[in-house]
Amino acid sequence: MSELIFAIELAYWQQTLIKVLVAAVLIPTTALILGIVFLFKMMSWMQSRMGPQEAGPRGLLQLAADGLKFLQKEDIIPDRADRFVFKAAPVVVLASTFLTYVILPAGPDLIIENLPTGIFFAMAVSSLSVVGVLMAGWSSSNKYALMGGLRAGGQLIAYELPLILAVMGVVIQAGSLSMQDIVWAQADGSMFGFGGLGLPFVITQIVAFFIFMVAIQAELTQPPFDMPVAESEVVGGFHVEYTGFRFLFFFLGEFATAFAFAAIAATLFLGGWWVPGIDPNSALANIVGPIALFVKIMVVAFLIFWFRFTYPRFREDQLQRFAWKYLIPLALANITITGILVVVL
Amino acid sequence: MTVTDSQKMAYVAAQAADARVNLQFETEDGMTLNMGPQHPATHGTLRIVAQLDGEQVVRCEPIPGYMHRGYEKLCEVRTYPQVTTLINRIDWLGSFANEVPFILAAEKLMDVEAPPRAQVIRTILFELSRLGNISLFLGDLGIQLGGITIGFYAFRDREFVLNQIEAATGGRFHPNFDRIGGLKDDLPKGWIAETHRAMDRMRRLCDEFEELVLGNEIFQARTRGIGVIPADIATSYGMSGANLRATGVDWDLRRDACPPGLSYDLADWKVWTHPDGDSYARTWVRLQEVRESTHIVDQLLDSIPAGPIMAKVPRIIKVPEGEAWVATENPLGEMGYYVVSKGDLVPFRVKIRSASFNNISVVPWVTRGVFVPDVITIMASLYFILGDIDR
Repeated sequence: MSELIFAIELAYWQQTLIKVLVAAVLIPTTALILGIVFLFKMMSWMQSRMGPQEAGPRGLLQLAADGLKFLQKEDIIPDRADRFVFKAAPVVVLASTFLTYVILPAGPDLIIENLPTGIFFAMAVSSLSVVGVLMAGWSSSNKYALMGGLRAGGQLIAYELPLILAVMGVVIQAGSLSMQDIVWAQADGSMFGFGGLGLPFVITQIVAFFIFMVAIQAELTQPPFDMPVAESEVVGGFHVEYTGFRFLFFFLGEFATAFAFAAIAATLFLGGWWVPGIDPNSALANIVGPIALFVKIMVVAFLIFWFRFTYPRFREDQLQRFAWKYLIPLALANITITGILVVVL
Repeated sequence: MTVTDSQKMAYVAAQAADARVNLQFETEDGMTLNMGPQHPATHGTLRIVAQLDGEQVVRCEPIPGYMHRGYEKLCEVRTYPQVTTLINRIDWLGSFANEVPFILAAEKLMDVEAPPRAQVIRTILFELSRLGNISLFLGDLGIQLGGITIGFYAFRDREFVLNQIEAATGGRFHPNFDRIGGLKDDLPKGWIAETHRAMDRMRRLCDEFEELVLGNEIFQARTRGIGVIPADIATSYGMSGANLRATGVDWDLRRDACPPGLSYDLADWKVWTHPDGDSYARTWVRLQEVRESTHIVDQLLDSIPAGPIMAKVPRIIKVPEGEAWVATENPLGEMGYYVVSKGDLVPFRVKIRSASFNNISVVPWVTRGVFVPDVITIMASLYFILGDIDR
């Protein structure tokens, strides 16, 4: 499918070049969009503040200005830090984000690589970021960073399992691991025999959607699961010793990952790039698709950040209890019921 | 410039004291975590040394003194009217409340009494500083537990109270308004109606806090049963204020031992207690206290008598020889001044009893075996102001 982009024949190296450029531009842009729209503007409005006003129209360039500021900062590496690991950690975190973008479909032909095991790949590479976090925590030679890194490691065990189990429900219903096939399955589906609207899996997999949203909150280390970076406890956790460009990497990684996970949620549960009424085989779907996906991502991201600004923080052991006692049994029950119904119906 | 021997000795002594604290906590298995003096959870420069086993606290000790400003000694070289400027800075969130017990002690020694109008206005301002102080606690607790939104709501609505204090006294943070024998000025025009409106805002903040934080399941999981202090422990550590009332002890100086010069008997109000003694109880009691304070202010605003605001006091104040102890129920707890006068322009000795020092002295007892996040919860719910610990 991806050999054809708008029916233009391209050589393999040309395709690769375009894909790399798109990814390199896309990832910082998405992080900026989420940062400005939600972290700066929506958060301010929810907290009865004005938010940034001065930089650019309505303060929209504030985050770009902050990014430039980070580039000017001195690059400090602590004396006793493990220098190689310390430098490598932000790259590992950002690499996991980049790899997640590989399988995100934005249209019938707009996908960097349509892997047959797409969602499995996404789950696998996204947990790679925890390795980077552990590296950062350990190599900083800072007690707070170490605690934050280890908390992140412990958190991984708690949320990764419900996350994958929640995805399993969708995979069973779609009958495929490929992201494109999951979108097609939702486009082809029918609600009570009426096929015009398709069948977004959020309707049948509402439990899985709930579990997925809770789990990505923990994956992104956002409140109520932000123990690894809790400011009032471990003072920023694993990135406490990072300055300037390296800190910017962590920041970009956090928000680009938020965007990627919102995109995965939109694809799995809200139908991805597909819009009712537009023929998914037409060239128009390649133009409308990205816009539809963006709108759906923003809806999901709004939910993510809404939780972030509302809830206080769990304790690490409470998260473990919550995950093992409630989320995982719920996800297993969801898989069982979905499996039975798919076989019976 | 040569370093004198005494300077050398002082430096060695300071280093030794520091090293002792560190050594005490260094063990073979486990880790010593220095929270502070610069740490977001200590809102000030309090140092908390915790010996950890994983995330569990084996031993934890708060080390105050990084912001000691020597106010008790400084009071001995300030004339009586000048002292209020200093002691404003003790509990910097409820500044006016710091002045009142000292002024009352001086009035007691001089045997003057403020006119009724001054007494009522003094009580209103006292309660306004309580609102300004405790409303920030409500926001700060949210920030410490990760829910930062309520923090901004608290700052927003606290502004209305601060505006009223500023309108009446000219100072938002440090009014320096109380005088021996009355008050500096009368109230400005339209102040009473504006203050009624500010009280409405505070009540709305309380409702918002109840909905957003107190009723939240995560908040309850984080605070219920965390940092339980029984009543006998609380009294033996000399705790006071809302921390004491949260353990079930029904003791409020405003009702039980109100010194002359404050008119709490004019209002109809209630002292709230909670039997649990945990972090949740401390939060709940403070929330009810804010509500009760708004009712006290509302009632007192409608019953301000006419008359002068200053009693007949000589221009140059010389306090007759004697000793006086006056304590009031300040936002953070019991605050008292023991003033010794030798009949001079300046006090001979002033001993300040501030609430936070006693309130945080229970921390080593209550933090044994809890997790690191619970230390934050406990410190936040005990609610100390660093200036009130160190003076």
